[in-house]
Amino acid sequence: MPTFQLKINGASHSVEADADTPLLWVLRDNLDLVGTKYGCGIAQCGACTVHMNGNATRSCTTTVANAQGMEITTIEGLSENGDHPVQEAWKDIDVPQCGYCQSGQIMTASAFLENNSSPSREEIRSAMHGNICRCASYNSIEKAVEVAAKKMN
Amino acid sequence: MKTSNKISFSRRSFLQTSALASGGMLVGFNLFTACKEDVKPPVDLSLLDYNDFNAFIKISDEGKVTIFAPNPEIGQGVKTSMPMLIAEELDVAWEDVHVVQGKLDTKNYTRQVAGGSQSLRQGWTPLRQTGATARQMLVNAAAAKWGVSASECKTNKGVITNANGDKLGYGEVVKEAASLEVPEDVTLKDPKDFHIIGQDISNVDIDEIVTGKPLFGLDYKQEGMQYASVLRPPAFGQKLESFDDANARTVNGVNDVIKFGDKIAVLANSTWAAMKGKKALKATWTQDSKAESTAFHDETLLGLLNGDKFDTRRKDGDVIKAFAEADQVLERTYETPFVPHNCMEPMNFFANVTTDKIELVGPIQTPAGTAGQVARMLGRDASEVTLEMTRMGGGFGRRLYGDFALEAAEVSHLAKKPVKVIFSREDDMAAGIYRPAIKYRIAASIKDGKLTGYHLKEAAINGNMYGLIPNFFPAGAIENYQVDTANYKSNITTGAWRAPYTNVLASCEQSFFDEIAEAMGVDRIKLHMDLLENVKRTTDERIQYSPERLQGVIKRVVKESNYGKEKDVYQGFAVYYCHNTHVAEVADIIMDNGVPVVKKVTVAVDCGIVVNPLGAKNQVVGGVIDGIGHSMYGEITFNDGAPQSNNYDSYQLIRMLQTPQVDVHFIENDIAPTGLGEPTLPPVGGAVANAIYKATGKRLTKMPYMNNMDVEPVVG
Ligand code: FES
Ligand code: FES
Repeated sequence: MPTFQLKINGASHSVEADADTPLLWVLRDNLDLVGTKYGCGIAQCGACTVHMNGNATRSCTTTVANAQGMEITTIEGLSENGDHPVQEAWKDIDVPQCGYCQSGQIMTASAFLENNSSPSREEIRSAMHGNICRCASYNSIEKAVEVAAKKMN
Repeated sequence: MKTSNKISFSRRSFLQTSALASGGMLVGFNLFTACKEDVKPPVDLSLLDYNDFNAFIKISDEGKVTIFAPNPEIGQGVKTSMPMLIAEELDVAWEDVHVVQGKLDTKNYTRQVAGGSQSLRQGWTPLRQTGATARQMLVNAAAAKWGVSASECKTNKGVITNANGDKLGYGEVVKEAASLEVPEDVTLKDPKDFHIIGQDISNVDIDEIVTGKPLFGLDYKQEGMQYASVLRPPAFGQKLESFDDANARTVNGVNDVIKFGDKIAVLANSTWAAMKGKKALKATWTQDSKAESTAFHDETLLGLLNGDKFDTRRKDGDVIKAFAEADQVLERTYETPFVPHNCMEPMNFFANVTTDKIELVGPIQTPAGTAGQVARMLGRDASEVTLEMTRMGGGFGRRLYGDFALEAAEVSHLAKKPVKVIFSREDDMAAGIYRPAIKYRIAASIKDGKLTGYHLKEAAINGNMYGLIPNFFPAGAIENYQVDTANYKSNITTGAWRAPYTNVLASCEQSFFDEIAEAMGVDRIKLHMDLLENVKRTTDERIQYSPERLQGVIKRVVKESNYGKEKDVYQGFAVYYCHNTHVAEVADIIMDNGVPVVKKVTVAVDCGIVVNPLGAKNQVVGGVIDGIGHSMYGEITFNDGAPQSNNYDSYQLIRMLQTPQVDVHFIENDIAPTGLGEPTLPPVGGAVANAIYKATGKRLTKMPYMNNMDVEPVVG
């Protein structure tokens, strides 16, 4: 199996995997970074969202080969103490129900707010449309993104 | 149902105490069964044994409280709300409480289903009694120290005081309290003195969730564990004839291929290798029983409704006579599809079957039943099985069934290795235990401006409504009332799905009532309020809903939604009682290029005392949006036994842009709390259909509505 050099949460990792292995499974199975979740495997649900060079990216359809050379951030590395404004907002609003989709939601929201620091409700709703929450915590997500935007300004 | 303050229970019935070697006091209790006289909680915390006690409270000598509760979280907030009940009566500050998930005792745990809507209702009294008893022992210990009567002492947030102005923290008396007799009588708080119940409390796992800590079944790992991906028959009614695993075995990381029953497991070093290996399998299948398609189900269920083979579930008066004498008879047929559960975390389970023990770990709501099934399947003694429950990425009924745990155990047994079975999303949707397709035919008779008869017929796949459902509203409100059911046994697996049976029934009936009101020329709200008058003073014990409480939620929702007066939106109303909770809802919609958009839903809920408003609101909102999603978009069809959707590119779950704002109003009262995970879901489809009728003049009688509205189907 070939070896790949990955830069994740500021640290370098060398992993052995087939080139077509999705980054998602490398994170979860090889590196024990299980905060990134599997929901669909076909870029439809957003549960696996990570940042690659700051952009929200579906790790289930990004191969380990393509992830090489990128700055990858996962939920575990979003902040040192779980105190990124988006995480803080998620706690303030108590967004999670079962919680499974939430790391993907947080990663999508945090990348979005980097590019749009004072979004409208409609912009928030469009930005979060790709992330499914089966527990339907959508009202809370919408509100938490608004709260996070205020915290970031 | 009123909360009474003075509670007596027999000593030693469910609670024991001990002093911990490390300092502090341990209270062990068994919520639902009595403990044996001679068992004592351990003095060493590492020896916590959940055989006799299913939960523990530790009070340290600093006064900090740890609650070890066995219920994992499924998304209904019980891991937070149940400890709140203990902490309230123990009278400590919530900041001083730490909740730890204890091990589940699968041998003695009598409440077999974990984490459902009923947990809070059933735990309401015993959990408060437990907290109150521990508090009383601490007070008794302080009183003895001071040489005063316990009745002179008061507590407030972990501090005991007496009339002389003396003060002792709980931590200062734990040692003495631990050796005292367990009191027989304790006084529960007056609800007006609650300082934790009724407060917004964040979910106890929140920090771990937002930082991505391993909590879920899919996150669980063990040294040497194999990831297993399972190939199952692609269609219901098929079985395995032969297979060729040569290509699968050449996939990097694949270690073994194991046939079990009609399934084939590919074992590998990683999830990806196992999934790839499964794709490389070649298998041929033969038809073993009927290959059923959706058209066949439709025809069969309509055939049943047209026939005369029914079981009568409730019969009041004489509907046939009422219909014969009526001025007008209305009749509608409502159709609802199969739907999968689609838990966000796909089914998965870990098993390690060895010669001396069977270890099971994963997300399951029925631990005791599943552990027993595994023991029976492998011909082993139940005492050899341990089952550890993880947090669950949603349940909605799917994790009541242990099929995936049985698969993991069987594969581990055959492979002689620890194995984690992981369903892909495709597996999860195609190997479902679906909400069955159900059709209803409802008829009503009107005479002299009165609703005189109501006849509901249900035709369902595999099972029918059960228990008290035939006695829900409008039972008791209409003189001539009958509920008949019929079913067809299919080889497609079906089961409980969030708010079983009422989830579609309520929407259909609540649409039908809209038609009845229109035909009678009366206001929809007035029709309901009048019908509920008929139920007051009922002596029929089968009627569990309260007409007063239903009228209460109706009045509240009408006021809060400005029903009938809002401009620029179309409003639809629905009201329902199920899962012991009374709910009324108004949906506001607009039409956007012929497509209905639900902008807002106003909900009035009477669930008794709201233990944790923050969590409760999440449940209410989630139920409403889930109900809209499934009535508007949810459907899985079959072709020759094969499910026709298998992932989110062919199955629509509701997403952000389709969600309304949900405005929640709780009725305030002192009645014992009831569940919230389910009851807001069933009626909302009716509210939406009634609003769409106002907008378009079209009565929607077939779910999912969007597929039956001449608009483009939505995916994504
Ligand atoms: S798992 Fe990647 S988008 Fe669903
Ligand atoms: S919180 Fe359960 S899927 Fe989003």
